[in-house]
Amino acid sequence: MKADAKAMPPSHRAAGIEKSPTGINGFDEVTYGGLPKGRPTLLCGSAGCGKTLFGMTFLYKGAVEFDEPGVFITFEEQPEDLIQNVGSLNYDLQKLIAQKKLAVDHVHVDPTQIAESGDYDLEGLFIRLGHAIDSVGAKRVVIDTIEALFSGLENHALLRSELRRLFEWLKEKDVTAIITAERGDGTLTRYGLEEYVADCVILLDNRVQEQLSTRRMRVIKYRGSAHGSNEYPFIIDEQGITVMPLTSSGLAHQASAERVSSGIPDLDAMLEGKGYFKGSSVLVSGMAGSGKSTVAAHFVDSICASGERCIYFAMEESPPQIIRNMRSIGIDLEKWVGKGLLSFKARRPNLYGLETHLAAMHRDVAEFKPAGIVVDPISALMSAGVTGDVHSMLLRLVDFLKEHLVTALFTDLGGRPAETTGTAMQISSLMDTWLLLYNRESNGEHNRQLYLLKSRGMAHSNQIREFILSADGIKLREAYVGPAGVLTGSARLAQETQDKAAALVREQEIQRRSRDLERKRREITAQIEALRAQLASEVDEETLLNRESVVREEQLATDRVAMGKSRQTAATAAEPALKAVDGSKSRLEKRRSEKQ
Amino acid sequence: MMDSDGYNLRLYVAGQTPKSIAAIANLKKICEKHLPGRYEIEVVDLIKDPALARRHQIVAIPTLIRQLPEPLKRIIGDLSNVEKVLVGLDIQPS
Repeated sequence: MKADAKAMPPSHRAAGIEKSPTGINGFDEVTYGGLPKGRPTLLCGSAGCGKTLFGMTFLYKGAVEFDEPGVFITFEEQPEDLIQNVGSLNYDLQKLIAQKKLAVDHVHVDPTQIAESGDYDLEGLFIRLGHAIDSVGAKRVVIDTIEALFSGLENHALLRSELRRLFEWLKEKDVTAIITAERGDGTLTRYGLEEYVADCVILLDNRVQEQLSTRRMRVIKYRGSAHGSNEYPFIIDEQGITVMPLTSSGLAHQASAERVSSGIPDLDAMLEGKGYFKGSSVLVSGMAGSGKSTVAAHFVDSICASGERCIYFAMEESPPQIIRNMRSIGIDLEKWVGKGLLSFKARRPNLYGLETHLAAMHRDVAEFKPAGIVVDPISALMSAGVTGDVHSMLLRLVDFLKEHLVTALFTDLGGRPAETTGTAMQISSLMDTWLLLYNRESNGEHNRQLYLLKSRGMAHSNQIREFILSADGIKLREAYVGPAGVLTGSARLAQETQDKAAALVREQEIQRRSRDLERKRREITAQIEALRAQLASEVDEETLLNRESVVREEQLATDRVAMGKSRQTAATAAEPALKAVDGSKSRLEKRRSEKQ
Repeated sequence: MMDSDGYNLRLYVAGQTPKSIAAIANLKKICEKHLPGRYEIEVVDLIKDPALARRHQIVAIPTLIRQLPEPLKRIIGDLSNVEKVLVGLDIQPS
């Protein structure tokens, strides 16, 4: 938070008046350094809004942290009560008093005991105050509540002039003073003290809206200094007062390119395989029982597993219950709590107002310095605030988280389909990544589905995936996209079975047809063989024919020679030749008859 | 000199201011007139002993405290209004 003060333009720090830090968390940032040093400050507010505690914190921190002793003049509470009251904050006033770092003086003015006769002044009070200041060397003074004098003394005109003198006197004493005053009807203070204390006026307020009270603080006036002019929520709890300087840092925060795993490998795969951007805001919307907390638990588990810290703001379940439930899906959150990496902050949404919730979250984040936070569910805060406030609150929270590079996961419970929930409509534009979880009813069963509606700055899957809660956490199944749309659950199984059967039939058909083709091919091959055999025999025939014709020609030639010889020789010599001619002739004739 | 219904009065002042001086004078005059011989006045200057202011719950100056008779009574102012002083101290005018 100190960064806020440093981030201010130098003109706000260097110029102007010297300041006295209060030590109140956040207040010194709002006022850029604290209260005007050496001057009185008017602290007004109605009963029970924390004026006394504010003053006491100023003195306690002054004595302990800034080595500036203080004086507390109380008109209403007994010192013993006062010491006891702040004892619950571990402010050990007794010790400070013993160390001469604090003086407490109870000024008791009882109108029933006092009669007035003639002129008087408040020199007695001045002497007491002066003595107290001198006794501890005080640099700080708180007067709580000086207006009690108005009910104790009759002469108001005199009182007013004496108070004016008192404030001047405090300035001369060079002490930084807080004067508390009750808020009046339509005026800052009941007796118009703001007329006298003009340097710095702070208003504390405790408004109740729809039965929820929210404490707010505003610097109405700060002469000679810049200051935040908004109303800042503050909380009073066991750590004292914490003011939240909810100055929206605007849109100047750095954007990190680093990635943070969602803790669900399948979901990371949908986000470019890397997960969310570091410092981004993730909204997980879904109906009851759609698995939002489980997605959140995975995220927590992954952050803690990487050795970073994480805060889980539980709005509806108690931490032991969350731990037990997550164990059933195989996530052991208790171990991270034990290691000090995980901090559960369980607060009912209607415990206090929206601003206070926000303020508390701010403080937790600033203290614990987590790498990631989970708010489960953010929609619960709707009941803690007027609808329009949720947006501005989240805006400030998201800005703050981005500035500190804290990755935030918000779950959003929607009774109706997630797209139309009020919260979702309001805050979705602030979110970098938006996961929708459906719980769709079909065929008599509900099936969980996950859809990544948007994820700024990265390519992401557009598929609706079925997700299954198993003993090993969330598993995303590949979407079944068939002719009948995206199917899940048993419908998906049925469709898958049908598909298998159809595939089998197709397979068999193909086999049958390939067998047919094989058969035909074989037939054709056989035919080719037969024809080839026929062709070969034809060739043989032709060769034989050719050879026979050659033989016959030779025979004829021989016959002619023999003929010629026989005409010249004996008939016996011609006989073998005739036989040979007859033989070849009969064979030739036989062939011819076959062909015919 | 003190008897059972004697008055023990303590007047707190802060230095020699006109109001203080007037208060002392007024007180003496009233006592002489209404409580002759039955009173004792002690003037305490808080400038000299400021711690007493806290111990005795003094806010306004001058403050007159009737220590005796009981109960304790306080009157603030320069005591110029005699009537109020007599009522405040529960003195029957003589």
